[in-house]
Amino acid sequence: MLRYTLKRLVSLAISLAVASVVIFLAIEVLPGDPAAYMLGVNAQEDTVAALREQLGLNGTMWERYSSWIGGLLTGDFGISYTYRTPVADMIADRMQVSLPLAIYALTLSTLIAFPAGILAASRRGSAADVSIMGITQLGVAIPNFWFAMLMVLIFAINLRWFSAGGFPGWDAGLYPALKSLTLPAISLALPQASILARIMRSSLLDTLSEDFIRTARAKGLTRAQALRRHALRNALIPVLTIIGLQFSFLLAGAIIIENVFFLPGLGRLIFQSISSRDLIVVESVVMLLVFAVVLVNFAVEITYALVDPRLRHRS
Amino acid sequence: MTLTARLTGLASVLAFAATGALAAPRTDLTLGQQLEPPHLDPTSAAAGAIDAVVYSNIFEGLTRFASDGSVVPGLARSWEISDDGLTYTFKLAEGVKYHDGTDFEATDVKFSLDRARAEDSANAQKALFAGIDNVEVVDPLTVKVTLKNPNGGFLFNMAWGDAVIVAPESIENIKTNPIGTGAFKFEDWVQGDHIDVVKNPDYWGTPAKLEKVTFKFISDPTAAFAAMMAEDVQAFGAFPAPENLPQFDADPRFKVLVGSTEGETILAMNNKLPPFDNVKVREAVAHAINRQEIIDGAQFGYGTPIGTHFAPHNPDYVDLTGLSEYDPEKSKALLAEAGVTTPIQVKMTLPPPSYARRGGEIIAAQLRAVGIEPQIENVEWAQWLEATFRGKDYGLTIISHTEPMDIGIYARPDYYFQYDNPDFQKLMSDLDLESDPAKRSEILKTAQETIAKDYVNAYLFQLPLLTVANAKLEGLWENAPTQAADMTGVYWTE
Repeated sequence: MLRYTLKRLVSLAISLAVASVVIFLAIEVLPGDPAAYMLGVNAQEDTVAALREQLGLNGTMWERYSSWIGGLLTGDFGISYTYRTPVADMIADRMQVSLPLAIYALTLSTLIAFPAGILAASRRGSAADVSIMGITQLGVAIPNFWFAMLMVLIFAINLRWFSAGGFPGWDAGLYPALKSLTLPAISLALPQASILARIMRSSLLDTLSEDFIRTARAKGLTRAQALRRHALRNALIPVLTIIGLQFSFLLAGAIIIENVFFLPGLGRLIFQSISSRDLIVVESVVMLLVFAVVLVNFAVEITYALVDPRLRHRS
Repeated sequence: MTLTARLTGLASVLAFAATGALAAPRTDLTLGQQLEPPHLDPTSAAAGAIDAVVYSNIFEGLTRFASDGSVVPGLARSWEISDDGLTYTFKLAEGVKYHDGTDFEATDVKFSLDRARAEDSANAQKALFAGIDNVEVVDPLTVKVTLKNPNGGFLFNMAWGDAVIVAPESIENIKTNPIGTGAFKFEDWVQGDHIDVVKNPDYWGTPAKLEKVTFKFISDPTAAFAAMMAEDVQAFGAFPAPENLPQFDADPRFKVLVGSTEGETILAMNNKLPPFDNVKVREAVAHAINRQEIIDGAQFGYGTPIGTHFAPHNPDYVDLTGLSEYDPEKSKALLAEAGVTTPIQVKMTLPPPSYARRGGEIIAAQLRAVGIEPQIENVEWAQWLEATFRGKDYGLTIISHTEPMDIGIYARPDYYFQYDNPDFQKLMSDLDLESDPAKRSEILKTAQETIAKDYVNAYLFQLPLLTVANAKLEGLWENAPTQAADMTGVYWTE
């Protein structure tokens, strides 16, 4: 297990190093000057030059890369060009929305997907199976932003149960904050739950046709017992992979939902920063997300080993 | 307690609640805006979103714009102009305090103006201060500003959001904690979501009627519509979804204000790029354009056609749309006369606003009909600034020039449309030296005609200001003489 973990850690470090270079270079080739953007169409050339100097945009490529990486390693993410506040604070603020939203959505999607997937697999071909497959088909097909708008129309504009969007902050209390995240979380969870339920079902069905299940049945276990005691655990590997991917996606990829509900999350921060060429924010947030994805994958791989002892010994 | 007693009690509570609501109108307001300011220092960025929060609410200048665009006294209550037009002596308001409790004095005016015109200044409108030769503190309430040349537009310049008075004590953190002299104090900023300002109880002038204003930032047009409909926000300035306005108009809960801005929306042409260096070709472009079709198609009917680079609500405006009326046959004839081979291939860059993207498609179709083939390139703002605006790598582009009274940009030969006419440049330097209102008006009219007859750009329409608000809300600016959401006079009627 130790060797397995170490190997995974080394690959994690290499991924991060490569990603940092790719991110930095991608941002270097992006056209547009943050200083010119901030000063607009009436600015004089000398003003733009003065601002570039103030922002520290004038070093060589290597100087800027090393100061960025050096800062990241010591926990200093730099100062945003446009907002003039520490990037770390901005990320921390946005995380207060994005992280709970991602967890909320993932919890909902897992709570829906597991029972639905297990039910569909255990009663293959039944009416329950057919309707779950039908609904999840729809869930995968419906774009989540459209579903989000539909919910706003019903629950915010017509019924007035929720506000149409926005986030009051955790200072306003747990209930108002969670309430404001509910519609977004449902919109995000719907397609994720549909995918997850389908994966759960097909993975369970694959496992149920394995030899060891037949052996278990031959020992006298009922189909339900065999499913619960033997099939479920073996079917979890692909499901865990998908959950890991979904979590990384939810953390950064909720940008459209954040726009529909005007939530101040990480996705919108990246979007705004790219259009205003607040490059230091883009670099740091993207790097952080890469780190999160790599970390989640690492956690998933460790979980594989816990779920499936064969993986520990193979390496 | 009997049931009757309980019911009576309940009824009296309800009655009390009802009268209470009648007696005290609301004093809070959540105002939706599409763009969030990058920071809150209006003196070091061009972003209109900054002024849309702080102008006149938090920061004040020597003079200020009223909602009709006129320039009225601000922190300077009166002024004397010397006979040669070079010296302005400002008498400042008495007893003015900054939000942090420190006194406002003449030294702050000197500090602010000197900072804006300094060598290393990051002021986006540094040109406004270029004519200042010297700022002198006469006494704590008197400031004398000496100009290098007479400038009839000086008081107007001082009303811009970029010319507000800031204090040296609080300048360090102005971007995140703006300390001004205005009727509202900055309270809180949840980045990405909202900014709160509260009433300044010690305001030197007429106090604000609202106790608290929340500026809520909603960038998506559909979300803006939903927030208004769900009454999460009670007003939305520069409403981004004009297609939904009839729906608000029909709903008794809301009212729709259609006003004017300083935004001249133009199809800019690169005057140095052949064949657009030929005035006949530019005239052909102008006649190929059907303005009403663009206003209807891209703006859902909102917008006033313009024939020159000047705001129609300005008293000096001359209606020159007749010089460039829609006439495709004339267009073709002009192109033939110019001896160019059609179709002309040209690059047209379109920045993100919908007037540009939607309008661009319509204009491209209109131009194709006369033999000009625009290649549309959709760009982001940062790209537009770099390649089109600074790099001048374009043939045609669509943009709204939102700065007030900016016809002077046509006197800058290195400006992105590269119009170089010494006669026009002389007009603008004459204007700077002239302070007689009648003569200034005459010069401005000649200037408008000059650029219209030279067909520097194709002038499309004046960008409207569309505001949706709760029907009970009064005092909102209908027009936008500068980008601002002045909340100082806003109140609820019940």
